[in-house]
Amino acid sequence: MISHILKRAFQSVLVLFVTGLVAFAMFRFVGDPVENMLGQERTEAEVERLREQLGLNDPFLVQYWDFISGALRGDMGVSFRQGRPALEIILERLPATLELALVSALLAMTFGILFGIFTAIRRKGVMTNFILTSSLVGVSLPTFLIGIFLIYVFSVELKVLPSFGRGDVIDLGWWDTGLLTWTGIQSLILPAITLGLYQMTLIMRLVRSEMSEVLRQDYIRFARARGLPEKAINFRHAVKNTLIPVITVAGLQIGSIIAFSIITETVFQWPGVGLLFIDSIQFVDIPVMASYLMLISVMFVGINFLVDMAYLAIDPRLRESKGH
Amino acid sequence: MDMVKRAFESDLFWSFRHSPVAIISFVVAVTLILAAVFAPLLAPYNPFDPGSLNLMNGFSQPMVPNALTGDSFLMGADDQGRDVFSTILYGMRISLFVGFAAVIFALVIGIILGLTSAYAGGRVEAIIMRIADVQLTFPSILVAMLVFGIAKGFTPVHLRDQMAIWVLIVSIGLSDWVQFARVVRGAALVEKKKEYVEAAILIGRGPLGIVFRHILPNVLSPVLVIATISLALAIIAEATLSFLGVGAPPTEPSLGTLIRIGQGYLFSGEWWILFFPAMTLLMLALSVNLLGDWLRDALNPKLDD
Amino acid sequence: MALLDIKNMRVEFPGRHGVFTSVNDVSLYVNEGEILGLVGESGAGKSTIGNAVMGLLQAPGRMSEGEVRLNGERIDQLSEIDMRSIRGKRIGMIFQDPMTSLNPIETIEFQLVETILAHLDVSMSEARKRAVELLEQVGIPEASVRIKQYPHQFSGGMRQRVVIALALCVEPELIIADEPTTALDVTIQAQILQLIKDMCKSRKLGVILVTHDMGVIAETADRVAVMYRGRLIELGDTSQIMNAPKEAYTQSLIAAVPPSNKKIDRFPKVAIAESDGSALQDFDLQSHWLGRGSAYETSSGSLLEVRSLRKQFLIKGAIRPSNRKYLDAIKDISFDVKAGETFGLVGESGSGKSTVARVITGIYPATGGEMEFDGHDLINTKNAKEKQQVRQDIQMVFQDPYSSLNGRMKIGAIVAEPMFVNKLAENGKERREIVADLLELVGLGKDAARKYPHEFSGGQRQRISIARALATRPRFLICDEPTSALDVSIQAQILNLLKDLQDQLKLTLLFISHDLPVIRQMCDRVGVMRFGDLVEVSETEALFEHPQHSYTQTLIGRMPRFAK
Repeated sequence: MISHILKRAFQSVLVLFVTGLVAFAMFRFVGDPVENMLGQERTEAEVERLREQLGLNDPFLVQYWDFISGALRGDMGVSFRQGRPALEIILERLPATLELALVSALLAMTFGILFGIFTAIRRKGVMTNFILTSSLVGVSLPTFLIGIFLIYVFSVELKVLPSFGRGDVIDLGWWDTGLLTWTGIQSLILPAITLGLYQMTLIMRLVRSEMSEVLRQDYIRFARARGLPEKAINFRHAVKNTLIPVITVAGLQIGSIIAFSIITETVFQWPGVGLLFIDSIQFVDIPVMASYLMLISVMFVGINFLVDMAYLAIDPRLRESKGH
Repeated sequence: MDMVKRAFESDLFWSFRHSPVAIISFVVAVTLILAAVFAPLLAPYNPFDPGSLNLMNGFSQPMVPNALTGDSFLMGADDQGRDVFSTILYGMRISLFVGFAAVIFALVIGIILGLTSAYAGGRVEAIIMRIADVQLTFPSILVAMLVFGIAKGFTPVHLRDQMAIWVLIVSIGLSDWVQFARVVRGAALVEKKKEYVEAAILIGRGPLGIVFRHILPNVLSPVLVIATISLALAIIAEATLSFLGVGAPPTEPSLGTLIRIGQGYLFSGEWWILFFPAMTLLMLALSVNLLGDWLRDALNPKLDD
Repeated sequence: MALLDIKNMRVEFPGRHGVFTSVNDVSLYVNEGEILGLVGESGAGKSTIGNAVMGLLQAPGRMSEGEVRLNGERIDQLSEIDMRSIRGKRIGMIFQDPMTSLNPIETIEFQLVETILAHLDVSMSEARKRAVELLEQVGIPEASVRIKQYPHQFSGGMRQRVVIALALCVEPELIIADEPTTALDVTIQAQILQLIKDMCKSRKLGVILVTHDMGVIAETADRVAVMYRGRLIELGDTSQIMNAPKEAYTQSLIAAVPPSNKKIDRFPKVAIAESDGSALQDFDLQSHWLGRGSAYETSSGSLLEVRSLRKQFLIKGAIRPSNRKYLDAIKDISFDVKAGETFGLVGESGSGKSTVARVITGIYPATGGEMEFDGHDLINTKNAKEKQQVRQDIQMVFQDPYSSLNGRMKIGAIVAEPMFVNKLAENGKERREIVADLLELVGLGKDAARKYPHEFSGGQRQRISIARALATRPRFLICDEPTSALDVSIQAQILNLLKDLQDQLKLTLLFISHDLPVIRQMCDRVGVMRFGDLVEVSETEALFEHPQHSYTQTLIGRMPRFAK
């Protein structure tokens, strides 16, 4: 058990190290930041001075070392574009993305699991068919189209919800939140639905197929043959066995919400890290891109690790077994 | 002939004939694909021929003759007077080309790596599957974006637009191979344990003979399902990247690029510039997805109920 | 009045190819304190009857005619809710596979207590007490400790005891046991059957025992109902059915069961099931293609010599060799197989008998020891050509007729492949002729070459598998449980075919099985395996009449007696 945890922890660190290397190495060779920063009017001397200042003339390994040791101290370099520490910019934008991701994840999990269980128990019926058909449409709809559609209906036609931005935010010192103001909540509704819808359909379909599989198992048939009430069979026996494998995949899905928010943030001009990332790709702003990547990896690895531990805690088959 | 007869008598075909959803989505998908292939013949205008463009046709409404020029457009015209219907036909060509090419690219890599890791086992398998795990930690759209960004950085500026389509194919393909590799590996591991593989060893088949003559034909049906669903995902991914401005170049607009352009006119009332490309994309992705969904159920009899 | 009375039951499954009638006009009854054996081959509809009584038919199946009465009260028309109070409370059910019948993530206690509380108005602590008592009654030691454990912490036999406890926990009047011992080893099977018998007598239970195994019926049932293709063929007392069956089907079914008490030359021809055409009558090895192989003369010495053979499997990898864990599948065994004889290997699951086959054929590399085949070193030969030469001489017929044929290849291609790979035919035309000949030889007919495996039944597939094995002109044929997946009538045909082929082709056989009566019919000499050890090697008759090793004695003592 402990060796298992240590093994997973070691793997997580390895993943972080590798993504760190990849992130840095890749962006180091992509584009020329100096060109982007100085524009057309520049002299050789200016270029050279800036390259020296940014450390771009050092050997690759020295730069990577600088990057890693800096990263450990919380120094991810200075944004080529804004001239401010990259991490500072990212952290400034992080609350917006996290609030959006959290609300969407809650929506996706709650409705995904509920609908999944419902459609697995009621195999036929108008409601089930409706949910299943709309889920297929949901998977086929690109996120950005959902966003545009919602904007068209609720902002352009009905004019009830804002189409861009975050509304008023309250600064809590280390966190600025939009959840405490009316305009903030109004602004959150459309982006959260947009972002959560796709994940919700995925989770729903996953829960449905897992649960259908569980319901075909011998122990469910045996439970029925013992005369247990249908409710106990579905909710005590089937749902619990369904949710164990679902946790892993759902955990990963929730992790990817943070990355998927790039699209939603672009459609709604939501001032989060995703929008920042798209901007920095266009300007080849390496430190910001690298910080974003590292941040995403830390979050993914963290979620993965937690999911793994949850799995271990729930499934008795994975715990150490003694005696026969 | 034997093959054709077998195909028509097969359970798959039976299930196809008895699924209205499958038939409709098949017809829609094939119609759209044919329309894209024969775009040069079907399109009333060539949207990329500057000579045929008339700026005065800009913002013509659908089916209403333009007040200045008298030209009429089935789905209206965009800001520069381009026929929306024609741009959709050409845009679909690019979307479908990128989609198919990316899936084939991912499929080939995935099958080779999946079969290799299942058959070789040991360290080879561990390395391949660890790479797959790490990549799977990141959503494919992000991976595609990264690959696109890097490749773009490596391409000389004057070639960027020309190379963009190929870069797009590679980045979507690279973001999607893991699916194939995992499915192929999983299915191949099951097949490898079956006794017909042991029988093949006994009669003296070498590893290549076993993998290609025996295992590969038996893992193709799940691959077919994943390929269909991946096609829908690849078309969506291409549209998403192009919508975000990191995909197809403005000189070769795909459906995603058209939607990106159309979004700008959402508030000013020129809905058709956005609406028709969006509907086309939706129909394309939905029909392919429905086909994949039906295929999965049809090839997996235990899901029947 | 009978405890359970079924009158004119008909069960239908509407499907793509019309309505399939699974049970057709079946009437039978069970009294309290009595075990009714429901016996038949696959597709006979015997399990369907149990499911229909419980109201648990898989959709779209339905009982279209007839009635079911429990203690005189009609139960086949009850609503789902009323039926639920009958299931478990008045009729209990035991499933075939104890490994999958229990919810893996709940404790045994949870599952017992839940069932008790669903039917009886008792307190939680009373239910717990009762659960522990039940476990004690079904023979689980340290019941109060083990009840807190999860299913994966129990062995197969213990799990089946838990399943029985669950079926009995609200004291039902009737138990339907659907192949309750099929997934268990012989020694465990005897214990579980005894438990069911004891429970039946002590609690005055009625029991319907559904099984395909005549031996189990003979040992356990009071009365027997024989079924074939959905119809009830014969119903009578066990001794009457076993000793003086009236119906032709029952007679041939019983004739096909391998007797455990004596060796017979061939099984009598059976009138039922699929055709049994074999072209072996006028066969001349000298002129036949199969006779053209290398040295087919029968030498009197040993064809295969196995010395101190060992095989380990890595079950837990680690970087440090000392942390790795191995399973000793074969621990130091030695035996000889003489040319022309049939050598049997018998043992329960996990005894390593199939591993021996796979090490001899080279599918698994040996961990240690020596093996010689006709003078060729099987372990240290590195020369690929020589290795293939020997491999060609040793072929195998596998256990599972469904997974041993590649479903994507036609039969013709499957049988031709060995000749193609080993270049045993001049050209494609000759290959096709030989394929046709081999298919005739195994009794399938040459038209089979154009079909795919899924068009054949299990027994026919085993014939194809034999034809494929013969296509390398082997001298040594390993049969790894070749009939354990087949119905008993089909088994008799395949065993006859193997005997015929051995006589005509002068084959040497290594015959592996867990089934003692089958071993007695097939083998000249037998080795008994247990946990990777060969505990006893002896002439077959001597082994069955005077087993030396204590394990062999237990094994033969627990074997279901089916004497004719």
